[in-house]
Amino acid sequence: MISDGDWIALWTTLKLATVSTVLLLVVGIPLAWWLSRTQWRFKYLLESLVALPLVLPPTVLGFYLLLALGPNGFIGGTLETAGGRPLAFTFTGLVIGSMVYSLPFVLQPLQNAFAAIDRRSLEVAATLGAKPLDRFGSVILPLAKPGLVTATVLGFAHTLGEFGVVLMIGGNIPGETRVASIAIYEHVESLQYGQAHALAACILLLSLFLLVLVYRYNRKRPGQASLVS
Amino acid sequence: MSIALSLKTQRGALTIDFDLALPSNGVTALFGPSGAGKTTLLRIIAGLEKIDSARVEFDQTIWQNEAVFVPAHERGIGYVFQEPSLFPHLDVMGNIEYAMNRAKDNQYKSFTETIDMLDLGPLLNRDTQSLSGGEKQRVAIARALASNPSLLLMDEPLAAIDVDRRNEILPFIERLHDHLKIPVIYVSHATDEVARIADFLVLLERGEILGYGPLGKMLTRLDLPLAAREDAEAVIVARVTEYDQVNSLNRLSFSGGEVRVIGAPLTGDGPVRIRIAARDVSITLDRQERTSILNILPATISNMVDIDAAQMLISLQVGEQVLISRVTKFSAQTLDLAIGKEVFAQVKSVAVLS
Repeated sequence: MISDGDWIALWTTLKLATVSTVLLLVVGIPLAWWLSRTQWRFKYLLESLVALPLVLPPTVLGFYLLLALGPNGFIGGTLETAGGRPLAFTFTGLVIGSMVYSLPFVLQPLQNAFAAIDRRSLEVAATLGAKPLDRFGSVILPLAKPGLVTATVLGFAHTLGEFGVVLMIGGNIPGETRVASIAIYEHVESLQYGQAHALAACILLLSLFLLVLVYRYNRKRPGQASLVS
Repeated sequence: MSIALSLKTQRGALTIDFDLALPSNGVTALFGPSGAGKTTLLRIIAGLEKIDSARVEFDQTIWQNEAVFVPAHERGIGYVFQEPSLFPHLDVMGNIEYAMNRAKDNQYKSFTETIDMLDLGPLLNRDTQSLSGGEKQRVAIARALASNPSLLLMDEPLAAIDVDRRNEILPFIERLHDHLKIPVIYVSHATDEVARIADFLVLLERGEILGYGPLGKMLTRLDLPLAAREDAEAVIVARVTEYDQVNSLNRLSFSGGEVRVIGAPLTGDGPVRIRIAARDVSITLDRQERTSILNILPATISNMVDIDAAQMLISLQVGEQVLISRVTKFSAQTLDLAIGKEVFAQVKSVAVLS
């Protein structure tokens, strides 16, 4: 049913989703925390910018990313002068594209979860001798756990389904940038419906499974982020 | 006097102007109506609130001045908030361990003492959600003590607990007073709490300090609003000397003499606090012999202040202690009462606190 090439495409998809999600959490957790606490007057501008991938056609996003990551682009060009190679049509380029594309899906649940943590819990931790980083690990992250789970799953699932951006900046290099959604498109183009079915079903089931997980998890924990008073 | 504090700031319409030196032992109550600035003061001592003009010094260590600001987590304090604020992601033991793991030098002995004192043994493995308000606050107190603080700050720990439960937890707070070796600063607006546990009282109103000093003195100072209250009282620390089994009377002595209090024998060898309300004290010029009143104490009038057109307040020096009495102006004139006059205080009723 599933050919070797398609297994590789599935593997590339999972690898891309995993790497992107991990990196998104690394970037997203501090950014979301900052956004949830800052009084900065231009915060809304940054929030709009981050939310842009929610409404932008993936081809538009992909197009600009292609320009930026290509040999003449701001990022690709700088890399090339530094002795590296441009990022367009590479796995690394795809990771960057996915991160931009999925950022709002990771950031918003995190930001909401952080915003729901009241200042009191942090004050309690401080009076008990917990330093700022300690407070983050021992109070903020545990209290934001439902948000963390949602962010991780949504970021992962959303990257699984990415198509337009990949098409624009990744192309179709087996083992490097040929992901499942591209492979499905290719099978349909060449009327190989059986193979398209097999791959599509894999993605459908995986996505459904992940969403069931997150909804089930959050159903059990309403209002986790509030203190017991 | 080893806790020093001063600050001057504007909070909306409230001008806060504090300059305080507090004793380094016993329980100091910050007492006043809501909006007096009590909580702000406590939060500044804790380092939870940063007001630029504040200066805080504890035990010869500067916690805050123009150049220094020691963050809350480095001050070695314990803080009990109005709401218990237990961590919901940890159980009772987890909450206490959170503090123990971060304590400077952690002693198992003091942990078991704390658990015993607050009677938390049966609760240790419980989920925090399943506890009553009073139980949660006991856990919060244990958690604050488990961090092994050198100063305990308590912000109206009973205010969020309903009246029935308050009487359940008050004895534990009294135990703190007897067992703790560290100074406690206790914010309250309830006279009964203050009368039971405070040694030292700071009276606050609208961001201003009206006065501060030992509890007994503050309650009976006629120039302060406490003595003018309907429920004005004196609190005296006395020692149980004898129990009269036949008549069910405790005999207690203090520097001003002896009082007898009805009731079951008072146990424990520690001092006992007794409360004498101003309206239960009457004044006679001669010692009454044929009277039903049990407690008659020789006294000297130390101050007299009018309350209204008909009544006045009189403070009576009884040994080192002071009682207050509420009398009519008519009686005061008839008896020719004046400052310095030797009289007898007849005490109609004595209540034992704790």
